[in-house]
Amino acid sequence: MQLSGNYDRPEALFATLGDLRRGDAGILADIDLPGDDARRLMELGFLPGARVTAGHSAPGGDPRVFQVDGSEIALRRETARRMRVRIDKSKPHKSKLGRSRQ
Amino acid sequence: MSECSDCRTCGVTAVLEFPQSAALPKTVAVIGPPNSGKTTLFNRLTGLHQKVANFPGVTVEQHTGIAELPDGRSIRLIDLPGVYSLSPRSEDEQIAHDVLTGERADTPKPEAILLVLDSTNLQRHLMLAAPILALGVPTLVVLNMADDLRNRGGHLDLNKLSAELGAPVALVSARRGEGIGEVFDFLAGAMLKPAPKQLPLLQDVPKCRQWAGQVGSQAKYHAPFAPKWTRRLDAVFLHPVGGPLVFVAVVVAVFQTIFSYAVPLMDGMKWLFDVSGAWIAHTMPEGVIRSLLIEGVWKGVGSVVVFLPQVLLLFLFIGILEDSGYLARAALIADRTMARVGLQGKSFIPLLSAYACAVPAILATRTIENKRDRFATILIAPFMTCSARLPVYTLIIAAFIPDRHLLGRLLSTQTAAMLGLYLLGFLAAVVTARLLKSSILKSGRTPFLLEMPSYRWPTFQSLGLRLVDRAKVFLRRAGTIILLVTVLLWIAGHLPTVNGKAPGFPNSLAGTMGRTIEPVIKPLGFNWKIGIGLITSLAARETLVSTLGSIYGMDPDTNKEGLQQALQHDLTPGGAFALLVFFAFAMQCISTIAVVRRETGGWKWPALQFTYMSVLAYVGAFLANHVIR
Repeated sequence: MQLSGNYDRPEALFATLGDLRRGDAGILADIDLPGDDARRLMELGFLPGARVTAGHSAPGGDPRVFQVDGSEIALRRETARRMRVRIDKSKPHKSKLGRSRQ
Repeated sequence: MSECSDCRTCGVTAVLEFPQSAALPKTVAVIGPPNSGKTTLFNRLTGLHQKVANFPGVTVEQHTGIAELPDGRSIRLIDLPGVYSLSPRSEDEQIAHDVLTGERADTPKPEAILLVLDSTNLQRHLMLAAPILALGVPTLVVLNMADDLRNRGGHLDLNKLSAELGAPVALVSARRGEGIGEVFDFLAGAMLKPAPKQLPLLQDVPKCRQWAGQVGSQAKYHAPFAPKWTRRLDAVFLHPVGGPLVFVAVVVAVFQTIFSYAVPLMDGMKWLFDVSGAWIAHTMPEGVIRSLLIEGVWKGVGSVVVFLPQVLLLFLFIGILEDSGYLARAALIADRTMARVGLQGKSFIPLLSAYACAVPAILATRTIENKRDRFATILIAPFMTCSARLPVYTLIIAAFIPDRHLLGRLLSTQTAAMLGLYLLGFLAAVVTARLLKSSILKSGRTPFLLEMPSYRWPTFQSLGLRLVDRAKVFLRRAGTIILLVTVLLWIAGHLPTVNGKAPGFPNSLAGTMGRTIEPVIKPLGFNWKIGIGLITSLAARETLVSTLGSIYGMDPDTNKEGLQQALQHDLTPGGAFALLVFFAFAMQCISTIAVVRRETGGWKWPALQFTYMSVLAYVGAFLANHVIR
């Protein structure tokens, strides 16, 4: 999924988790995976509306660690690509102490 | 699954429902999400009074232990597998669910529950509290990692949390033993059914999370700051270039240590056996019993027990890597390799534990939901270099490879040879996985999810308990399978009697057996003595060492020599290399065969696996013997 089509909406860009680079953050919109897989992700904190920040990765960028709901969870790119996020350009990822950051 | 207990508003009046009861609970279950420190608490409460078994019928490990209360009474604790929810999808969750609801006939329904949650990540972990409290079993909510929470500036109001949940709450640090008294107080006191103010619809994950968030904010929960050291360490361990280098350095360091630094300890063990053997030889009258004891048991079993320090060092390192949190990072770095051969990241942990022993590794594959991925992992696990191969490798390498420095003092030739053998096993596993996953075990992919725990100092207690456990297993094997094989070998080495006297060893039953198979193994560079070792090592790999120890002990020509010198007479360098390759590939382990049969539900897979590995071992050894001459 590419970002190019979304430049006319500078405030909210849609991308997938797989597009995020280290330090990028986004709000999870939906998970396009079979029920059980999605449920397991949700139990780990990947709930629609949750703020997800991309962290370190294995060499080559896959899999990558994501900070979500106070934990760090590693996902392969093939999974991350099935999860859509809204990129919040207005907020630098430094703010928001206390809540979903840890 | 338990019934929906949507918005069950129970008053606080329920607190007085049960009057003080003097009856002590017989069984208490310990449950919590992975990485909540559940097992640390379990170890803290039970100490050495614990045992590991399997739940009958399935292969989820059942850890039970006895906790002794300060007043002298004791109760039984069950450590359930770490789960994120009670919805029974994986086998682990099914077991947790069935035990807690009393649906397992073999395990009594727990009369109370210790729910262990990570206090530094309370709101997400509280999600598990909903299904647990809905069970209506007296529950103590144990908020673990109190020291971390405090150090990183987090806090909460315990009384408010307790009121919200309708259950007692204890803030503890299982690692440091803080607050353990409160857990004992709960176990000793009257236990009341939980009376939560409100519970969410359990099937609805977002609702559960919302509920957990509300409970957290009612309890004035203030999340701690990011773990500074975890971030700093990850910047190194997960660095694009530095990370893999550290990974390799860690692996090399572990092998260098278990190979070089274990030597003085092993020499010490050897000295003990030599001295005690000499003492027996001196005090006992000459006869059959003395001969059996010295030539059979002492030289045979003793030559295996000598390797105890080395095996324990290996487990010490695995324990440190696992408890510190580095193992999860190593799994992350290794995941791409796993993906390339068609396996999922979840296969990595069982495969890694197969470096210790294939049996627990095969049991650990139960966490892989996809059956085909699980079978593929089971089939390749015995290729990983288990600790039973270590004595064989060490003996042959020490006898045939001169100890020289390769990279200055960093790496010796012997360590490099050892690493090479580990690599060989790993490559065989990878190639086999690839073959299986592109043919008979093809399947779609399931998502790879791996939680990265914060880095923590491993505790002496948990490492100590692991080592005691492992030492017991090792010695039990030496005292049962290996002792039995050694005694049988000794008997076969002294029969048939000629005029009431034992025949020369080559003409004995054992010698005849060895010479019968000699034509088959000659192309590999093995003589009949090694042949006997190959036969006995079908029971367990390290039996080769005890067998050779016994054979050379019984043979008057080699009786005075050490095992290494005696081996040098019997093997050419090519034969030694072939023997190493043979052991890297062959499936010589009765326990593994038995566990594969049980796990795959029949003889089909273990038979296939045994045949495949034997053929590979034979061909590999044949080539090895012809490459080096």
